[in-house]
Amino acid sequence: MNNFIYSRARDVADAVRQIAAEPTARFIAGGTNLIDLMKENVTRPSRLIDITHLPIDKVEETAQGGLRIGALVPNSDLAYHPLIEAHYPMLGSALLAGASPQLRNMASAGGNLLQRTRCFYFYDTTTPCNKRTPGSGCSAIDGINRMHAILGTSEHCIATHPSDMCVALAALEARVLVTGTGGERSIAFADFHRLPGDTPEIDTTLQPDEIITAIELPPKGFAANYTYLKIRDRLSYAFALVSVAVGLEIAGGMIKEARLALGGVAHKPWRDRDVEAQLTGAPPSSETFGRAAGTMLQGARGFGHNDFKIELARRSVVRALTQAARGTPQSQSDKRTA
Amino acid sequence: MAQPPSAARTASDEFARPAKTAVTLHVNGVARELTLAPWTTLLDALRLYLDLTGTKKGCDHGQCGACTVLVDGRRIISCLTLAVMKDGVQITTIEGLAQGGALHPLQQAFIDRDAFQCGYCTPGQICSAAGLMAEGRAHAPDDIRELMSGNICRCGAYPNIVAAIEDVMFGKATQKPGEAAR
Repeated sequence: MNNFIYSRARDVADAVRQIAAEPTARFIAGGTNLIDLMKENVTRPSRLIDITHLPIDKVEETAQGGLRIGALVPNSDLAYHPLIEAHYPMLGSALLAGASPQLRNMASAGGNLLQRTRCFYFYDTTTPCNKRTPGSGCSAIDGINRMHAILGTSEHCIATHPSDMCVALAALEARVLVTGTGGERSIAFADFHRLPGDTPEIDTTLQPDEIITAIELPPKGFAANYTYLKIRDRLSYAFALVSVAVGLEIAGGMIKEARLALGGVAHKPWRDRDVEAQLTGAPPSSETFGRAAGTMLQGARGFGHNDFKIELARRSVVRALTQAARGTPQSQSDKRTA
Repeated sequence: MAQPPSAARTASDEFARPAKTAVTLHVNGVARELTLAPWTTLLDALRLYLDLTGTKKGCDHGQCGACTVLVDGRRIISCLTLAVMKDGVQITTIEGLAQGGALHPLQQAFIDRDAFQCGYCTPGQICSAAGLMAEGRAHAPDDIRELMSGNICRCGAYPNIVAAIEDVMFGKATQKPGEAAR
């Protein structure tokens, strides 16, 4: 780990002022990813600005009937929050599918959004990586790529986004509230994370002088028909090979609204509006789900070791849609697939 | 001609030398005042500067759970925690679980159930189990297994670890291994 200066932010304005004054500084909250990246010399900040004393640590109902989640709310508190359990169980389930209880006690809601990929070439400073060192090349494309992306890749990067929570937030159409030197703005979740394209070193649309203050959930939580299904190499405490968040609204034997997001398959949580439109108005049947899964994966491309993910993702989509339609969401404790 | 003594200092001064920070860690009920470089992890502060070596360094990357301690009663990973960020908070390590010479029930249950082999992960397992019990989210063995998944046991003592935690959590009568089968 490199030497750095440690300072505390007094309030959000002070945090913005400090980060704007020193672009090589980083905010620290839970530190569960950042400290690790620093130990690996992947991230070498000149200063860490401790934001853990800022008053952005509450879960509050919004006037619109949704929920505002302060950026500093720990993942564990959020997962077990009564309003999350009652109205957004898909988000609670996704949170409990991620990391370990110790890490969830530390990790913040805002920091979860800013996790960096766990691509081992990104972590290994002896290998080329366009995300870590732009222009150096991608070691994963022709390397060991079992964990890597099958959708939305570029010739420069096939890394995946590691978060479970973000897959549910994408399906729920959350918004990210940020504050910068130019004031406050709200970013649609779909626009927050980026595909790699020609600039895989840039993960999000958050600007260098901005801080995440909250995540806002709209009123609709799909609490009756939802699931978060995570498929991984071991049953607990592992990153997803494929994960699926589903929210359905079913009325009169037909799907009235559908939300579907995939994790572990792309540089960002993967949604496909065409698939959701295809599901809308259709009966919740295995034919409907099979067709939707086929459409969702039709542009997928494997890189050798991860070819299996295409079929795994297709089947996982069908299974997750079935779980949601039946009202039998995947348990994160009982590991048998529902 | 020999370099003047100041040359070495000048070279090293090219790198930022951030000031050390005064930190008070309340460890196992005792206030401990330290002056630490900001990059000192809580794990290193405990082991290197407070001689509390019960907390173990396993992977040092937040993947194994050997360094688990309780901060304000919540279990966390001390290897990914900066000590300067825990100024003033209450920290409980494995050394602080026993009360007045009597082992913590989890410590006794780990002995009774033979819930370890090499013992390296054990302090982290026990601190994690103490955190698990405080959280109150485990109601069945499946829950214990899932909610203890952040603690890796390379020897594979998992069945006995779960049994030890069950004993304490569900108030089962302590049984020595083998007795149950008779």
